[in-house]
Amino acid sequence: MRFKLLGLLLLTISQLGWATVKIEHWQTTQGGRVYYVYTPTLPMTDIRLTFDAGSARDDTKFGLAALTASLLGNSSGEWTTDEVANRFESVGATFSNGVSEDMAWLSLRTLTDKTLLDKALATFQEVVSHPAFNSVDFQREKNLTLAALKHREESPAALASIAFHKALYNNHPYAHPEEGVVQTVSSFEVDDLKNFYRKYYVSANATVVIVGDLSRTQAEQIAQTLLNGLPVGEKPAEIPLVTMPTQSSSQHIDFPSTQTHVLAGLPGTYRKDPDYFALYVGNYILGGGSLVSKLFDEVREKRGLAYSASSQFAPLYRQGPFTIGLQTRNDQAAKAIEVMNTTLSNFISNGPSDAELKAAKQNITGGFAMRIDTNSKLTDYVTMIGFYQQPLDYLETFSSKVDAITTADIKDAFQRRVRPELLQTITVGGK
Amino acid sequence: MKYRLTALLLCCPILTAHAENSKVHEHIFGNGLKILVKEDRRAPVVVSQVWYKVGSSYEPGGITGISHMLEHMMFKGTKLYPAGEFSRIIAENGGQENAFTGNDYTAYFQTMEKSRLEISFKLEADRMRNLDLKAEELVKELQVVTEERRMRTDDQPRAKTQEQFNSVAFSNSPYKNPVIGWPSDIANYKVEDLNAWYQQWYAPNNATLVVVGDVDAEQVIKLAEQYFAGLKPSDIKPLKPQDEIEQKGVRKLTVKAPAKLPYIMMGYKVPVLKTVTQESEAYALEVLAAILDGGNSARLPTHLVRGKEIAVSVGAGYDLTSRLPDLFLLEATPAEGHTVFDMEYALLDEVYQLKSELVSKEELQRIKAQVLAKDVYQKDSNFYQAMELGMLETVGVGWQKADDYLSKLNQVTAEQVRAVAQKYLIEDNLTIAYLDPQPITEAPRPAKMIGGHHAF
Repeated sequence: MRFKLLGLLLLTISQLGWATVKIEHWQTTQGGRVYYVYTPTLPMTDIRLTFDAGSARDDTKFGLAALTASLLGNSSGEWTTDEVANRFESVGATFSNGVSEDMAWLSLRTLTDKTLLDKALATFQEVVSHPAFNSVDFQREKNLTLAALKHREESPAALASIAFHKALYNNHPYAHPEEGVVQTVSSFEVDDLKNFYRKYYVSANATVVIVGDLSRTQAEQIAQTLLNGLPVGEKPAEIPLVTMPTQSSSQHIDFPSTQTHVLAGLPGTYRKDPDYFALYVGNYILGGGSLVSKLFDEVREKRGLAYSASSQFAPLYRQGPFTIGLQTRNDQAAKAIEVMNTTLSNFISNGPSDAELKAAKQNITGGFAMRIDTNSKLTDYVTMIGFYQQPLDYLETFSSKVDAITTADIKDAFQRRVRPELLQTITVGGK
Repeated sequence: MKYRLTALLLCCPILTAHAENSKVHEHIFGNGLKILVKEDRRAPVVVSQVWYKVGSSYEPGGITGISHMLEHMMFKGTKLYPAGEFSRIIAENGGQENAFTGNDYTAYFQTMEKSRLEISFKLEADRMRNLDLKAEELVKELQVVTEERRMRTDDQPRAKTQEQFNSVAFSNSPYKNPVIGWPSDIANYKVEDLNAWYQQWYAPNNATLVVVGDVDAEQVIKLAEQYFAGLKPSDIKPLKPQDEIEQKGVRKLTVKAPAKLPYIMMGYKVPVLKTVTQESEAYALEVLAAILDGGNSARLPTHLVRGKEIAVSVGAGYDLTSRLPDLFLLEATPAEGHTVFDMEYALLDEVYQLKSELVSKEELQRIKAQVLAKDVYQKDSNFYQAMELGMLETVGVGWQKADDYLSKLNQVTAEQVRAVAQKYLIEDNLTIAYLDPQPITEAPRPAKMIGGHHAF
């Protein structure tokens, strides 16, 4: 909104050798999985409910999962949308919702003072279990989504991302944008949303994450109560396997911008991938360690070709995208792509040096504490661990798994998993 | 993705008397460097920030954006630590680092595991006085900043509108210039310009060091003394005031850009905490912004996105902590079938309501509950706690204001809210910008796929 603050890229990488987060796990009587961490230092709590109901569940109705989630928080039970908003905010609680490819989530952050907590929770419960799906709310949320889809078309970065996912995933459920496309969203009826909600928002498909100043007994009660209003239902079928592209492709989209946005990559890694740590640590060296990576160094520091140049693996239930991204003045795009491709292929052929690996490990393990130093970050982590059913000691073993990676592991994993001959490249920009 | 801009309350100052009162320890070294330390033992980490009293509002014509350019150059090495070393050392110590530039400040930060604070001090102290500015590094970094400007502004219809809006709203206040600088200024920076700017502002007596985390305040002050206390102070000349001339009459502008959705921005000239004669007015304006856009239950989303359903996004914003008089902002994106002029009328109507009727007790209570909660939520992050102290200190109102915020806001009455609306939200103080979307002429072509694609 306000253009007052300029920074370099904000880092998202971090980590240390300190991990005593105790994650407790149990199931509610309806089969919902609960993950709880007691953090008593501040009188607040985060409660996040996730369902296997992300955009991968859209089938042919692209955007249905996202629109369904966006209706939650509108009129619920006997309360109108205005009343729901008022009930949350009158006690200082914040409610939010959203979807990713794999999950739909509903989040509540509230103070734990009893009066405030009770009102926030009562509201949250109605929002989760008795959404009205009335036609006024539906039409409005649909219109907001359609406006957002239109807005997307003025962004070369957004257009690049849409084309990139399509190139990587073809007909797989990960191929379409989470928020959908105009053709599908305009055709939705309120019954589509009701049916989606009934099928996927069930306790067998739910994960509850509670982080904060609540006792175990309170957490048990809250989780149980939250899911009481939902049918037991059943878990949906597994998301289909990803088919890798068989050869590389390049696609250019003309756009009247001064920069060309470049995205290159292929389906990468998944949450329970045995290669995950080798790819993760390797990628820190290639393009993840934001101010010290090879891509940053080659594209930005040595040549001044772009403001940002980075790569990342986004692990999902199935292989999420491995993405290299940069944006540069239109007439430099070819040069930047050449530097990007050379940097990538050199890294794949040669792997990292011992010194590079050592530096990467020092950063990742030496900064581990910063991964989980706030309730917000902890909630994100525990959500990941719970939703993808990772081991409960995931955080405790994280650093030792990173430390165990060798240069040979990285080279081997990259050679098998990131094959330049399959790379999909998208460019969006002007002449 | 929620398509609703919320007010950018970049700094919601907090009261430290609520959850657990963690004291701020202040010390001033002989060379003028002020250090603020707050102990927060929730996690074994520490954030360290160096705030300089310089930003785009300090810049004369011809070198706008030079504070931001210098921020980039600060990563390009000293005699002791050549280009790239700073970031390499921080990274190898598990640290995260970055920097940001605003109208009124430039700040550098590292977040580290608590035992590594010394590394951060050693490196920051070195680059406070010993930057080694090289012409060949500037050539490359200039290109990077030019790319950054393209990405953030030139190819963003709304950012372009905002930039033009500021340049029309302000006549002679330095807030008329973009933080990143005007293109021709960026293209013509010389090493000498940067060096002069560095010498002029980068000194211990123009800086504040803020440390928040799992540390002992006394030890941190000792450690800082070891690295910073020996640095030479500079003769910092006071800034020329550049007081904005009085506006007499509404200003309107249109920005044409390839876009899909129209957009409107409106801004009223208002005082801020630093410049206001009666402090309560600044807090009343803060409450006013929250009445309009403090969450989903606030007036703008309730009346315009829901209710009349004429907008797909709305926002209001007020920066209490600016150094100079600023703007009270309103913005909106019309819904399908409505125009920016409908938005203008609707927003003016909301302003009119605020001037003619007292806000309800429920609204005031809700906002106070939200502020109280935010006070606790903000303590979840060392970084934002440090940012608040650094910002208040750097704009010249003093970090102690953080302690007043909650009580001052709680004292705001419905009458005071109406009074500031009547006094400041007047047409003579108003600037309006319309984004007029132009066709995106080069329509995306169908995909050109090379070769067969997926194996089945």
